[in-house]
Amino acid sequence: MSPYVRPVSNTWWLQRRPYTLFIVREITSVFVAGYCAFLLYLLYRLGQGAEGYAVALEVMRSPLSVALHVMALLFVLYHTVTWFNLTPKVMVVRVGEERLSPFLIAAGVYASWIVLSVFIAWLIFAG
Amino acid sequence: MREETVQLEIFRYRPEEDAEPTYDRYEVPFRRDWVILDAMNYIKDEIDGTLAYRWSCRMGVCGSCGMMVNGVPKLTCATFLKEYYPRPIRVEPLAGFPVERDLIIVMDDFMAKLQSVTPWIVRREGEEKPVEEGEYLQTPAQLMAYKQYSMCINCLLCYAACPVYVADNSFVGPAALALAQRYDLDSRDQGHALRQPVVGSHEGVWECTFVGECSAVCPKNVDPAGAIQRAKVTSTMEYFKDTLMPWGRRA
Repeated sequence: MSPYVRPVSNTWWLQRRPYTLFIVREITSVFVAGYCAFLLYLLYRLGQGAEGYAVALEVMRSPLSVALHVMALLFVLYHTVTWFNLTPKVMVVRVGEERLSPFLIAAGVYASWIVLSVFIAWLIFAG
Repeated sequence: MREETVQLEIFRYRPEEDAEPTYDRYEVPFRRDWVILDAMNYIKDEIDGTLAYRWSCRMGVCGSCGMMVNGVPKLTCATFLKEYYPRPIRVEPLAGFPVERDLIIVMDDFMAKLQSVTPWIVRREGEEKPVEEGEYLQTPAQLMAYKQYSMCINCLLCYAACPVYVADNSFVGPAALALAQRYDLDSRDQGHALRQPVVGSHEGVWECTFVGECSAVCPKNVDPAGAIQRAKVTSTMEYFKDTLMPWGRRA
């Protein structure tokens, strides 16, 4: 008489919504890493001078590249939002005897996201 | 008028007869004030006395009656039939654990893991006060630092909700790691160095991928997922302190 060990199906992550969303969040990392690789490629082309950079711009104008960029943007946004929402769970900040509201911590990361994005946009467009 | 009923599909495994588990269907009266455990007790008393399951307090304190209800880990004493009625309700043993019989799981693995994190207050050699000197006092703030993590009733819903543990039970798991935090954050405790080799190991907090379902299913709002992420931050800080400032190494 031995205890019965239940097999785990390969589709366990499809059986409940929270697990599916978790797997989607994990898959978004592939797009984050992929875009980092793409930025390295851009730097490499830039290093080749104006002509090399023109090749990269041509590659980026192709419909396939535009489609991949839109997809990567959506996945990276999902990645960012899910991790930002988890931040208050990890950071327990105490002010005196009270715990700082998780909402304030989340608001803090979103605010710094906006400030940094505006700063980068300013660098690009004002320069 | 015909009495309203609800269907329960219950996981059955009789090791002396069955090589594989089966599902038995039972029809029980539907009462708005009945929880799933009431329906199980009705089956055991009125329909089939061979059904085996654990329960004790009926009030969400003992942590014995955890089962999978339609695929989600629940305390069956705190889950009402009306939440599912009129759909059938499937009751299975907690996921991730071997099944002894019917809805009874083997929890030896958890017991060993619980012990491995030294879940009690540890004082350094020679630093324990004699009983005559009275208790170790704490301020309300010192109590609040760990109180949430001390509410755990070892019901194992968090283990059944954790896909990491279910896939590979080498993971120390949510409740044991939350209890390690509970003692680490206690101002009376000095046992962090005893727990850290288990907590900071690969099978400890680093196996966690932050699915977060352990905290979602916890009936006591312990938030093991939060406890584990905080332990990751502590582990990381200690690693960098030890590496960058080896002369300041803690005893």
